[in-house]
Amino acid sequence: MRISELAPLLGLEVVQGEYSDRELSSGYASDLLSDVMANAKADGVLVTVQAHKNAIAVASLVGLAAIIVCNSRPMPEDMLEAAKTEGVALFRSAQSAFEISGRLWVALHRP
Amino acid sequence: MNTMASLPISPESGPQAVLEILYRLKVRDAMSSPVITAEPGDGMREVQYRMRDNGITGVPIVEGGRLVGLVSMGTVIEALDAGRIEQKAGELMTRTVISLEDDMPLSFATTYFNRYKYRRFPVLDRDGSLVGIVCASDIIRALLVAMNKEVERLEEKLAAAAPVAEPVPDGQVRLSFQVTRFDFEHAGTASAAFKKALKGLGIEASIVRRAAVASYELELNEVIHSEGGGISCHVGDGRIEIVAEDRGPGIPNVESAMTEGFSTANEWIRSLGFGAGMGLPNARRVSDDFEIDSGPGRGTRVRVAIRY
Repeated sequence: MRISELAPLLGLEVVQGEYSDRELSSGYASDLLSDVMANAKADGVLVTVQAHKNAIAVASLVGLAAIIVCNSRPMPEDMLEAAKTEGVALFRSAQSAFEISGRLWVALHRP
Repeated sequence: MNTMASLPISPESGPQAVLEILYRLKVRDAMSSPVITAEPGDGMREVQYRMRDNGITGVPIVEGGRLVGLVSMGTVIEALDAGRIEQKAGELMTRTVISLEDDMPLSFATTYFNRYKYRRFPVLDRDGSLVGIVCASDIIRALLVAMNKEVERLEEKLAAAAPVAEPVPDGQVRLSFQVTRFDFEHAGTASAAFKKALKGLGIEASIVRRAAVASYELELNEVIHSEGGGISCHVGDGRIEIVAEDRGPGIPNVESAMTEGFSTANEWIRSLGFGAGMGLPNARRVSDDFEIDSGPGRGTRVRVAIRY
């Protein structure tokens, strides 16, 4: 599954769409940035409610491909700019991290 | 009495950094203490000598620890002029004295200087006892000290935006950054630069990842917990060495700090997704060598090494 398939499949709002499209390795759900640092995989997608610039810094350091911000959390302008600079795809969903993670898991494990 | 030139600083306008100083500092931080005083029964001549001997221009008149008036240089000159220098201080002193409280922000003091004609203000504590006196030069001195510190801090912040490049042998990299307390705006800047440099050297992705984790955790620890510090990365001879050194306040119990889940971060820091008590354990886990040196009242120095 590729980054560009996330939005249509999960009904996500594309908040930052400047990225180089590629195959997603995996998904990770967490709101603790140290936990993301330690356990999220490169080219993965992060499901979180952390809607601020530092989440982008962590995504970039780990090499995450995309972030899905849940519960319709508003994202500050500097987060969008950072995501654009780092080429991290940024999506938003009205659904909870639990809902999104469940649907994402199914999509990533589809044969 | 001549109105002195007002202080060109006010809490109504001005740079944010200066306003913050005016509100952060208390009157007690600027006042002179102890105060040279006299009693109402003391002669004006005696008060004049006290001014001369101590190089001051105003003497609060105190009775039983309570401020009852003030004799200024102006009062002394008028007394000399009118041939009343042999009278008692209590007869000639100014009775309507405007005073400050030691716990007020310094902004009150600057406002008072600009609002009233007086050149000095006695300072009372909460119980009404005289504990100090503030004149314009006291305020200027306190502000200069605070502003110097503030400028130093701002300069450090500017320096943090640009890495300090040092000449290094070929195939090696040495980068260092300043880190400022609570500067979440630039948090991760150093780690991003280290990661870029390591990638540029063609180091394997999994190694780069480990270095990025260690560096980010140490960098964020300085942002969250320290009074500021720096972080550096030195690469060469098959080793990536990251050193984070801060100016304090130090870790009281290093063993606890190294325990996963132990955290001293406050609520607002946790709400940002930090302070989960995983920082130091994460940094140690990804490192081949890990050393930490810290203690209360001094800085913390963490050195990690990753082989490649």
